[in-house]
Amino acid sequence: MARPRKPHPATALRRSFVTPEGVDLKIELSTAGARAGAFMLDLLMMLAILAVATIVIGATAIATESVLLGGLWLIGFFFLRNGWFALFEMGGRGATPGKRIIGLRVVARDGSRLTGGAVIARNAMREIEFFLPMTFFFSTIAESGTDKMISILALIWSGIFLFFPLFNRDRLRVGDLLAGTWVVQRAKVKLGQDIVASLAQSDQPRRTFSDHALSLYGEYELQTLEEVLRLADNDSLVTVAAAIRRKADLPDDGDDYGFLSDYYAALCARLERQMMVGLRRADKYSEASRERAA
Amino acid sequence: MVNATRFRAAHEADWERLDKIVTAIEKRGVRGVPEQALLVLPVLYRSTLSSLSVARETSLDKSLVAYLEQLCTRAYFQIYGVPTSPMRQLGHFFARSWPKAVQSLWKETLVAFILTAAGAIVAYLLVRNNPSWFYILFPDGMAQGRDPTASAQLLKSTIYDGGKDSQQSALAFFATFLFTHNAQISIFSFALGFAFCIPTAGLIVYNGLMLGALVEVFAAKGLAYGFIGWLMIHGTTELFAIMISGAAGFRIGLALAFPGRKSRADAAVAAGRSAATAMGGTVVMLAVAGLLEGIGRQTITSDTARYTIGIAMLLGWFLYFYWPRRDDGATA
Repeated sequence: MARPRKPHPATALRRSFVTPEGVDLKIELSTAGARAGAFMLDLLMMLAILAVATIVIGATAIATESVLLGGLWLIGFFFLRNGWFALFEMGGRGATPGKRIIGLRVVARDGSRLTGGAVIARNAMREIEFFLPMTFFFSTIAESGTDKMISILALIWSGIFLFFPLFNRDRLRVGDLLAGTWVVQRAKVKLGQDIVASLAQSDQPRRTFSDHALSLYGEYELQTLEEVLRLADNDSLVTVAAAIRRKADLPDDGDDYGFLSDYYAALCARLERQMMVGLRRADKYSEASRERAA
Repeated sequence: MVNATRFRAAHEADWERLDKIVTAIEKRGVRGVPEQALLVLPVLYRSTLSSLSVARETSLDKSLVAYLEQLCTRAYFQIYGVPTSPMRQLGHFFARSWPKAVQSLWKETLVAFILTAAGAIVAYLLVRNNPSWFYILFPDGMAQGRDPTASAQLLKSTIYDGGKDSQQSALAFFATFLFTHNAQISIFSFALGFAFCIPTAGLIVYNGLMLGALVEVFAAKGLAYGFIGWLMIHGTTELFAIMISGAAGFRIGLALAFPGRKSRADAAVAAGRSAATAMGGTVVMLAVAGLLEGIGRQTITSDTARYTIGIAMLLGWFLYFYWPRRDDGATA
């Protein structure tokens, strides 16, 4: 029978990431959109800082008639442009403020420490990926289009680099490619309530299910049911409960949530018992079988 | 009671403790966390990691596995992914990584030197035979009157009296401008190496061409000795820095063009990291050159002093970079 289940699009960016202890942590790479968003946030912050600094330094320079402040501004601009990304990413969080807000972090692809050399390399490439073509583009616009060819070339050039992350499956920028880094999502998940345990604590009488009713589903359906119970969305509770009752020939007793959590607990116990003797059942299409050696 | 519930009850306290410590480090950094917590961090991390393995094999609770996965990942990055303190990184950079990275680029640096010298000689000969070449090599205004039509008097004044008509603060501004300008060039010549060395080679040759053309203008008026002294005081540092960043660009381009036994991506990563370390350091060199140029050059007008400083700086950099160091295996 053909499997109707396709690989979920959300898992397309999951990569195995084996720690020195030999456990695969399965990290999640950042999407190109999230990276672009973080970059935009960083640019906006840099622009805001530049604008404020320019106004403050400019006003002071006019008041004191000092040329030295111009030098200060130049140095500040240089460090803002070249230091912002590199210095923040060299810090313990491995992320610029923009990346922190979006929830991203820069990581060495081989799982080792993120070195200064790698951070400098990935951010120096940003100069030719973004800043150089932008400078060309704006300077030719400022010169009222004297050299349209250069601005068109600059656009093509930056287009190649800007869309580069979309053309490789790891969403790498040219700088990432060269530095051996990638950008991962910094997920933070709360431990959900233990459905089975909370059920055991309540005093309500538990429903019991026949062997036929419990042999309908496998692990995949169990985990889908878990998601439905955790979300506790009324519509899906009704739909799922109705589907299970129909298949198992059970009467509707009006309490969908109670029915589903009891069914979950019973199915969970059954599948776990089978697992203990080495029988796993992936989903409703498959029979319980011995696990293949991984 | 199902097995997952018992498992969870037995270990949940440890997971929560690890979660708390990792969250604290993520929020306030390593220093914001008591030492006691840092000591138990690896222990808790390993026990949680084994919880994850067990949960994957025995538990059907999807949210439990997801929780343990993200907790272990976060802890992993706090334990393995984070570099040492910025001050120690900086110390290690100047003591080892930077000079070693420059040392490993010696062949490419030699090529950059040859390209600069070749450019300079070609430009020198071209301008000597036909001064109109000068205007092709120098865009309008960049030479600031130092062109073949200038009088010996004017040329002499540019190398000896620079400090008289301008204020000290204007010099400092000029020095800063040159520093940021050159540092940006240095970053570009690194990054452009990506395109198989060609743009970097162009930048390096052009740098040599401008040098040679300018030398000829002064040499034609018999001011070669004075001009070279004027150039040397900061030029040895500045040109060396630009050659190193060019060499860094060459290293990347070569790794991409000829990856050897490694895969192209692996070769690029190895070259990229060490070349970036070498290039990052040239920003420091260019800051030194900017100081020498903006302040030293205009206030020190004796040729001998200029030559002495220039040669001493060059020797200093040579000793610093190429003095044999013990190989401790640690690279950037």
